[in-house]
Amino acid sequence: MIRASHRQPGFVAALLHRLSGLALAIFLPLHFLALGTALNGAGALDAFFTAIDTPLVKFAEFGLVAALAVHMALGLRVLAIEFLDVRERTAVAVSLCLAAGLAVGLVFLINVV
Amino acid sequence: MTPLLFLAQRISAVVLAFAVAIHLATIVYAVRGGLTAAEVLGRTRGNGWFLAVYVVFVIAVAIHAPIGLRNIAREWTAWRGRSLDVTLALIAALLLALGLRAALAVYLP
Repeated sequence: MIRASHRQPGFVAALLHRLSGLALAIFLPLHFLALGTALNGAGALDAFFTAIDTPLVKFAEFGLVAALAVHMALGLRVLAIEFLDVRERTAVAVSLCLAAGLAVGLVFLINVV
Repeated sequence: MTPLLFLAQRISAVVLAFAVAIHLATIVYAVRGGLTAAEVLGRTRGNGWFLAVYVVFVIAVAIHAPIGLRNIAREWTAWRGRSLDVTLALIAALLLALGLRAALAVYLP
């Protein structure tokens, strides 16, 4: 059930903060394992890079970079509210967080394609 | 969330804000022209600054992520108590071990 409160920007921010954090937490062990292939030499790492050089993976990476940037921006918002006693216009602040995160994702996408 | 977990979550978040900013800038810079092992390892192997930043990054993540997952689990599911805390402590240990292994993998010659 979608309640009226679920359309409030604060709720959207909290939901996206959790979902992006969850995605990053699931991705992280895989990321660490992938980097760990370097223990078997540069050739093993290159083989991994070649294996993941597909449009689908690049799109997934865009999603992860954007998720990381959005999570960070929303986290800075939480810290500002809690510790700096910032009074915000929630819709504006949350929109800026999402825009900043998406912008970082797009810069990544432009550089990687 | 207990006061200790709240504080650990927020302090690790401040550390991560710096680490993630460095990481995002590095990612965007590094992927230009495609990733190669020679390029990546050329930056990281034997680079003490790299190792120091990423060890701090991994430690902060290993603290931050499990606390966040614990909050999500408690909000969205009925999972509570010792089994949840033990599971998340194990996730913290796993993230720490795999993360330090990854940092060393690209640092060691």
